[in-house]
Amino acid sequence: MTNLPSATSAGQQQSAADATPQFVRLTEAHRKEVGITVDGEAITALTGDTVLSAILLHTRRVRDTEISGEPRAGFCLMGACQDCWVQLEEGTRIRACSTFVKDGMRVLTRPSGVIGA
Amino acid sequence: MSAAIDKNSMHRVVIVGAGPAGVRAAETLVAAGLVPVVIDEAPRAGGQIYRQPPADAGFARSKRTLYGMEAGKADAVHSTMACLLPKIDYRPDTLVWGCGAARLDTLHGGRQRTVPYSHLLIATGATDRVLPFSGWTLPGVYTLGAAQIALKSQGCAIGRRVVFAGTGPLLYLVAYQYAKAGAQVEAVLDTNPFSRQLAATPRLLRQPSTFAKGLYYVGWLAARGIRIERGVTLVRATGDKAVQAMTYRDSDQELTIPCDAVGFGYGLRSETQLADLAGCRFRFDPINRAWLPERDAAGRTSVPGVYLAGDGAGIAGADAAELAGRRAALAMLEDLGNPAGNANVQAQATKLDRQLANIAEFRIGLEQAFSPPADCASHWPDDMTVCRCEEIDAGALRRCIRAGEASEINRLKALTRVGMGRCQGRMCGAAAAELLSAETGKPIAEVGRLRGQAPIKPVPLSIAMTDEAEEGDHLAGIPEHARDE
Repeated sequence: MTNLPSATSAGQQQSAADATPQFVRLTEAHRKEVGITVDGEAITALTGDTVLSAILLHTRRVRDTEISGEPRAGFCLMGACQDCWVQLEEGTRIRACSTFVKDGMRVLTRPSGVIGA
Repeated sequence: MSAAIDKNSMHRVVIVGAGPAGVRAAETLVAAGLVPVVIDEAPRAGGQIYRQPPADAGFARSKRTLYGMEAGKADAVHSTMACLLPKIDYRPDTLVWGCGAARLDTLHGGRQRTVPYSHLLIATGATDRVLPFSGWTLPGVYTLGAAQIALKSQGCAIGRRVVFAGTGPLLYLVAYQYAKAGAQVEAVLDTNPFSRQLAATPRLLRQPSTFAKGLYYVGWLAARGIRIERGVTLVRATGDKAVQAMTYRDSDQELTIPCDAVGFGYGLRSETQLADLAGCRFRFDPINRAWLPERDAAGRTSVPGVYLAGDGAGIAGADAAELAGRRAALAMLEDLGNPAGNANVQAQATKLDRQLANIAEFRIGLEQAFSPPADCASHWPDDMTVCRCEEIDAGALRRCIRAGEASEINRLKALTRVGMGRCQGRMCGAAAAELLSAETGKPIAEVGRLRGQAPIKPVPLSIAMTDEAEEGDHLAGIPEHARDE
């Protein structure tokens, strides 16, 4: 098994990680819906969700590191670790754990120019 | 309310932090006729422990559901703050990013504002004390505090199948809160053996109700068949792109638990950056295993007019924070010459000092029961990330230390960039110090203290254009490490 080409399984894992949510909404699901986009894809969040929660209820990745490019998904959720900075399409950078979603917000998790044409 | 200057004395009292310490300090100052400025980074008061869900967003859980057995205390802090609002100058959603002689630099809604003070109370709280293991930077691995915030303020669990690990009272509390909210808790992995917790019992009994609550959470988890392992070592989180399993060592065998989230921490770590910038003298505190700003029993620092209260001055918990907030406010009033002529200041202070001393004894017991793992650093593999901002691994640090280039933490930072990233060492500082101590054979107290720098959190460069200085016109140069561009 260990000698199988890793590209296939890594590719599958990546798509699985991208398609599976990290967070699970356990309660407080009866709030007003808001629409945002993440890397161009429309997703539904709830009023009072942080941008971090909204992303992680959809996927397991929030950003890639500048140095190794490894995926990250926040860490402390209280504005201390600085590991959840993302960008809005208009250019503003936001700390996802301490910014609430707004209807129509357009979030980028990859540096400009990387996401698809 | 815009002008928060006491009309008679021209004193301007500023409190940073609206957790239990900050709120009780504000209450005490208001009762003496002062109008403090209360600055808080969060949008609502309560601190992390009594953090409230976002306002006006339709969150409906009761305080009993949110705070469990602490609901009464949480409600009291929130209600007190609500009553204080017309009597204070409250600035929520405001980051204090710098502190100089008699002034704070703040950022609110992208706008810079300089806030002068004559008396400053720093009540900035704490974050989780983090010590790394392989894979701790994988998506799905969070601090215990993060796990609690996800649940408390968002109604979310950090994953479908969660392992809680590390040590400290929060370990069992968060596991209990998750299980109670319907999350799947795969295991609780405590790095301390039960024998340590038993040995600490006499001291822990100094706060019998807190001790009893701790026992209740453990008993509740055990009664529901939730796996609790003690005396283990956290080895690695593994997964491709995100965590898929947590491996720990028990005696000589390695065991692996499949999971999609890990919440971990080793107790709490004080947020001391502002005290550092304010010029407070620090000392190494063996109980917290960290450098802390010096203060007397009342909360006075080495800098006249600067006071400390709550977990930001050394970890003692929320009950102590309320007492210490009151005590520091009384010290401020004493130093202001007791402007309201309150005859009871001394009696109140004496009572608070006695209560705080009792909690300090309890705190020593907690550290005994839940100490961070000794000598962990020597077992860290070279390829394990220590600094998650700058992605510096243990091997890079070891090479630098073994080459004789650094035996002091700020030198190690200068040479390797550990602790130089956006978090300013909040997440890696403890680990870097442990590694330096293990490599040099010097006690942790002798490897130095990571110095704080303004801005203590990233601020946009555009604030240079929006400075609304209230007094003077100061804007510090922003070093490269903190640039947000």
